Amino acid sequence: MKAWPALISGILFGLGLTVSGMSDPAKVLGFMDVTGEWIPDLIFVMGGAVVVTALLTPAVLGRARPLFADGFSVPTAQALDARLIGGAVLFGIGWGLSGYCPGPAVVSLLYGYDSTVIFCVAMVAGMSIEGHISKWLGQ
Amino acid sequence: MESFSLPLAGGLLLGSAAIWLLLSMGRIAGISGVIWGALTGPDRQWRWVFLIGLLIGGALTHFATGMPLPAPSNAPLWLIALSGLLVGVGTRMGSGCTSGHGVCGLGRRSPRSLTATLTFMALGVFTVTVMQALQGGAA
Repeated sequence: MKAWPALISGILFGLGLTVSGMSDPAKVLGFMDVTGEWIPDLIFVMGGAVVVTALLTPAVLGRARPLFADGFSVPTAQALDARLIGGAVLFGIGWGLSGYCPGPAVVSLLYGYDSTVIFCVAMVAGMSIEGHISKWLGQ
Repeated sequence: MESFSLPLAGGLLLGSAAIWLLLSMGRIAGISGVIWGALTGPDRQWRWVFLIGLLIGGALTHFATGMPLPAPSNAPLWLIALSGLLVGVGTRMGSGCTSGHGVCGLGRRSPRSLTATLTFMALGVFTVTVMQALQGGAA
């Protein structure tokens, strides 16, 4: 499979995360601090991104196939189940503790801070033990 | 004007990155999924290329335009580690993060992604509010 389209996407994504302020955990936490000194700016990040994807995704998925691959690989699950919601709960708590979600954490590795290295190692560890945690939670 | 132009520009870049990956390769630009797939999946190559692109994009922003580096999270390192662990477990359990469910999933009008996004945003706000209250009490 050709990989260069992924390089372009990654570069655009990295530009977007940094230009928008998403790689600044203080801004992200300020955005979530709705009862304190709320910093509303980041609503425009999600807003701008979703305007683009909502307008263009139907046309893209209406094509017979992608430009450089044999088919679309899009999630097909429909169920609003306990795994989906439980996972989103744990992720939301984790995000609120530091202000890092996966994309900003990876791009912040550039900055050379101990904290983002620790975050990324812990995140990968969390992904690795997810199966055990889910079993333990009975999901 | 000043405060929302960069977040909006960043959001448009993120949306464009996601649409380009879908159009060119038929893939969802969900960072938690890309990270896990880069480590464990089949088709690892494009995922590593994407992640390298992410760092190149971030470097372009800061080192080419001179935008100052954001400060690291001021949370203590044990809390950063806990945060990363929860983000890792939660994004695998819930099948996505801010990018996969937020940017891509909302664009696909996926009910699962809408549910996940509302849930992790709500828990993020809740967590920040609780942390602020605890820190306010300790200070």
